[in-house]
Order: sequence, then C-alpha cells, then structure tokens
Amino acid sequence: MTRFIVRRMAQTVIVLVLISIFTFLIFQVIPNGDPAARLAGRTASPDQIRAIARSWGFDQPIYVQYLRTMQKIFSGSVVSYSQQINVVDQIRRGLPATVSLAVGAGVIWLLFGIVVGLLSALRPGRVLDRVLGFLALTAISTPAFVLGAVLLYVFAYRTSILPTGEYVPLTDDPWQWFRHLVLPWISLSLAFIGFYSRVLRGNVLDAKHEEYVRMARAKGLSGRRVMVRHVLRNSLIPIVSLWGLDFAGVIGGGAILIESIFDLRGVGQYAAESISTLDVPPIMVIVMYTGVLVVVVAALVDILYAYLDPRISLNT
Amino acid sequence: MPGEELRVGTGVGPYRLALRRLRRNVAALVAAVVFVGIVACCLCAPLYAHYVAHTGPLDNHETERVKVGGHIRDVVSLIGIPIGPTWHSHFLLGADFNGRDVAVRLLYGGRNSLIVGFSATAITMFAAVLIALFAGYYRGWIDSVLARMLDVIWAYPAILLGVAIGTSLSLGGISLGPLKISGDSLYIPALIIGFVNIPYVAKPIRGQVIALREKEFVDAARTLDAGGLRIMMTEILPNLSSTIVVLVPLMVANSILLEAGLSYLGAGVQPPNPSWGTMISDGVRLITTSPFLVLVPGVALVLTVLSINILGEAVRDALDPRAVTRTRR
Repeated sequence: MTRFIVRRMAQTVIVLVLISIFTFLIFQVIPNGDPAARLAGRTASPDQIRAIARSWGFDQPIYVQYLRTMQKIFSGSVVSYSQQINVVDQIRRGLPATVSLAVGAGVIWLLFGIVVGLLSALRPGRVLDRVLGFLALTAISTPAFVLGAVLLYVFAYRTSILPTGEYVPLTDDPWQWFRHLVLPWISLSLAFIGFYSRVLRGNVLDAKHEEYVRMARAKGLSGRRVMVRHVLRNSLIPIVSLWGLDFAGVIGGGAILIESIFDLRGVGQYAAESISTLDVPPIMVIVMYTGVLVVVVAALVDILYAYLDPRISLNT
Repeated sequence: MPGEELRVGTGVGPYRLALRRLRRNVAALVAAVVFVGIVACCLCAPLYAHYVAHTGPLDNHETERVKVGGHIRDVVSLIGIPIGPTWHSHFLLGADFNGRDVAVRLLYGGRNSLIVGFSATAITMFAAVLIALFAGYYRGWIDSVLARMLDVIWAYPAILLGVAIGTSLSLGGISLGPLKISGDSLYIPALIIGFVNIPYVAKPIRGQVIALREKEFVDAARTLDAGGLRIMMTEILPNLSSTIVVLVPLMVANSILLEAGLSYLGAGVQPPNPSWGTMISDGVRLITTSPFLVLVPGVALVLTVLSINILGEAVRDALDPRAVTRTRR
C-alpha cells in the first residue's frame, strides 16, 4: 500500500512539472505577444522597451525565464505583467467567492444528483424515469452561462427578486451572501445534477445484475436491505469520486463562465481577465494551483479506491 | 423475446440488432428528425439569406428602417435597442446591435457551430484512438509517456485550457511549414476543442485495449506472427467500434457546448463570423432590453445538443446487450 501511494505521488509531481512547462510554452508561442512592448505602452522608444525587457528578464533564454517564474511562484512573490500586483494576493482575494460558489453548488448537485438518479433507477422505463431522464438530458445540454443569463434576466432585471450579481462576503451579511449566490449555484448545479443522475442510474441498474446481488438475494435478504447495503453502496462510490474531481475543478477556477456572467470576481474570473490581457504570471499560478488541486484529488481518489476495493491491483 | 434469440442464432449481426432496437425507440426517432431538420436548415443558410431575408450574415443595417405591419420602424433605435422579432421575411427573429438579421446569422452560426463540433470530434476520436491503441497495446514506457501526457491535458479544466490556447492561437494563427491557418479560421477552435477532449476519450479506450490484448484471439494472432500494428488494426480496433460509436455523439454534443463557452470568452469563433456561441455572448450584453438575442441562439443550441444527446443515449442502450433490462419493454 505504501509503495502504491509513493508511486502515485511521484506520478503526481511529474504531471505537475509537465503542466507548468506546458502552460509556460502556450504563452511563449504567441507571435506578437512581446510582453516588454506591452508593458512599455504605445509611445515607448525601442531603448525603453529594451530596458524593460532587461529588468523583467524577457531577454533571457526561455528556460531561464521559466525557472525564474517558477522560483517566484514558490516564494509567493510573483507579480502580474499588466498591473504589477502580487498575484498570490489577488488569488487569495478571489478565493472566498470561488469557495462559496463551489461549496454551495457542490452540495446541491451531489444531493439532487443522487436523489434524481435513485428515483429514475427505482422503476426503469416507467413514466417517472422517462420524465426525469428527459429533464436530465435537457440540463446536460444547456450551457451553464446561457442558463445563468436567462435566470439573471427573469429574476434580476425583469422582476428584481434577486440581485444582478457580484459577491457579498459571508462575514459581511450572510443573508445578502445567500441572495447573491442563489442564481450562480443553480446555474452551475443543473448540468451536474443531470449528469450525476444519469451516471448513478446506470450504476444502480448495472449493480442489480451483479453476482453479489444475486447472492445476497439467494441468502434471503429483503429487497430493501439488498438495495441499500449492496446495490447503493457500490453505486455511490464512483459518484463520490466523480464529485471530488468536479469539485476540485470548480474550486480551482474552472467555473470561469459562471463567475464571469455573475461578476463574482473569483479565481476563475481572474484567470479569464488575465488570459484576455495575455498576462502570463497570474495564468501560470492559477493553472498550477488548479492542476495541484485536480491532480492531488485524483491521486487521493485512486488511493481511496485501492483501499476500498481490494480487486484493484496496486501494481499498475 | 424468444423469437429474437432464435434469429441471433441464425446469424443476425449485433449492429443489425441494435438498429432494430433503435427503430423501436420513439424518443430517438423524434430526436433524429429534429437533428436532421436543424442540420438541413443550417445547410440552407445561403438560400434563406438570398431569397427570403435579402441580406447576408455580416451585413449591417443599423441606420436603416423596416416596414412592419404598416409601421415604419428603425432597425436599431436611437438609444441602441435593436428591433425584436418581426415575424416577416425581413428580420424574422429581429436584429442585433449592428442591425444584422438574427435569423440569417442563426443559420450561418449554426453551420459554423456544427462544423466546429464535428471537426473537433473527428480530431479527438482519431488522436485518442491512436494514442489509446499504442499506449494500451505496447504498455511499458510508451504507455507511461502517453498516459502522463493525457494526465497533463486532463488536469486542466477543459474551458481553462481551451481559453488559454484559444487566446494564444487566435492572435497569431498557426504556421507550421506549409500548413497555415489564420487566426480567425473556424479550424482553430475545432483544433483546440479536439485537443482538449482527447483524454476523455483516450482514457476509457486505453483501459479497454489493455483488457483486449490479453484475449485469446490476440494471442492466436501473435502466434501466427502478426506484427503489433497489424494486431492493433485488425484484431483490437474492430472490438472498440461499439465504444467509439457510443462516444461520438457525446463528444459532438460536448464540443458544441465548449465552442459556445470559448466564444463567450472570446477564444472561440472570432467575430464578425457568427456562431451560436458568439451570438449568445453578443446578446448577453443587451439582455436587459433584448432578451431574444440570447434566447434565439440559446434555444437553437440547447435543441441541437439535446437531440444529439438523446440519440447518443439511445444508441448506447441499443448497443448494450443488457438494454432490454434497462428499458424493460
């Protein structure tokens, strides 16, 4: 077991190093993206541009620039090109909004995903299953930001039942915090609910035909007991691991579209703005941070699986 | 059904059986009709533009006036509010802030969204199956390298990676020797979406290849001195076909959705080219006064993706030998 964990962690570190290199390279291939020229402004002379390039290290070879950026990232002193603000501070400022969004939406989609999935799996092929299945597919087929825009129009612009966006810290005013986050939570959750309910339904229906379920019935256990102890337990494990990864993705700023449309000023929106101004340092840090979250959670999920299910070989 | 089993015995292929199950699925038939209808409409975009609307997808009419039900109205009012749906041949579904005909742009935009969705899927499937075959069949260091590469792509949220590459490429385009794609080409978003989606297809297929390579028929081919490439193509690939068939509609649906998201963030289809994503993102800015600018492309997008998803699920059920237990009919 220890060997498996060590191996999995070593893989994780390799993937993270590759992610950082890959991210850096994406922004190196921009042809007319000379950051020194952008920093210097429009009226700068070639000499000024050269001076800026020297002081920021843009005249160094790519690998030197990469190592310097990484060094700055790990010492927490990395600043953005465009505004020269400390990037880590900016991310820390965006984190409460992103975490509030992720936690609220995560709870909603896990809970409703399981409930809807179980309701559909109860009597497959019947009316309830069909209706829920159609609704789930509709939710999966609706882009979250379109849903968000329509909800904003109906509940904020048209009727002003709810505010039009922005984030209010929980510590300032819990009620306003809640009111400002209701629409983002719903917009973000619906597609996940649809997806999770379909996955869970499939898992339950597959599990019903497993041999251990037949065995449990043969032993004379009641239908309800077989359902809860055998079918449900095994169907829920993949759902929870899926949830871990999706949740990590949202915390890591993956809900860019929802954060932007509701103007939550979270980590994802910071990433989107930095990308549009071709500001490399913040994007590097956010991508690293997202990558760390996702890869670490994925490794944890794998280890948890190996722990829960002895059939998984620890050597691969 | 005993009759069906008998016919299986007399040599009806699994795909024939699947098609038979698919034809009995009413929802799938309706979805197929809707999808084919949407594709047909989008293909007819130039005809509609030329013969009905008398304007192109990029033509601005913001200073012009149009006659609606006996009244003469500005296409875009003095305070910048575009005209809503007129239900006439001119501006059937209204105009956008530049006075462009929304119905015409909807059809051209649909064409672009579908082109991006299908080309991206083709790129994903081709690359992912190739990677999965090599990684899963050879194992060892090839597998390690390829699997780490997939992990790297997979660790980014798709939209974050897509926006990063998209912004970078839409500025400069691609020039690799003889291959030159300009920054505003449709194939840039297609390439990006195709690339970003690779791990979601390659990972499950790789698992399947690993299982298949231990099967007796692969051993048999090996003892007959068949090379690795030959075994992959003639022994393993045909056994992946049902998985591939199931994944294609899923990837088309995902690609169209991702195109919309990327375009909203300015990293997808580049304006003034219409796509459903760019139309929605233009519309969001005017949503307080003209919600139809979001609703029209939004509904078209949801309807298209929904019909693909229903079809995809029906195909999966039809190919699954346990489908009877799933739908119980």
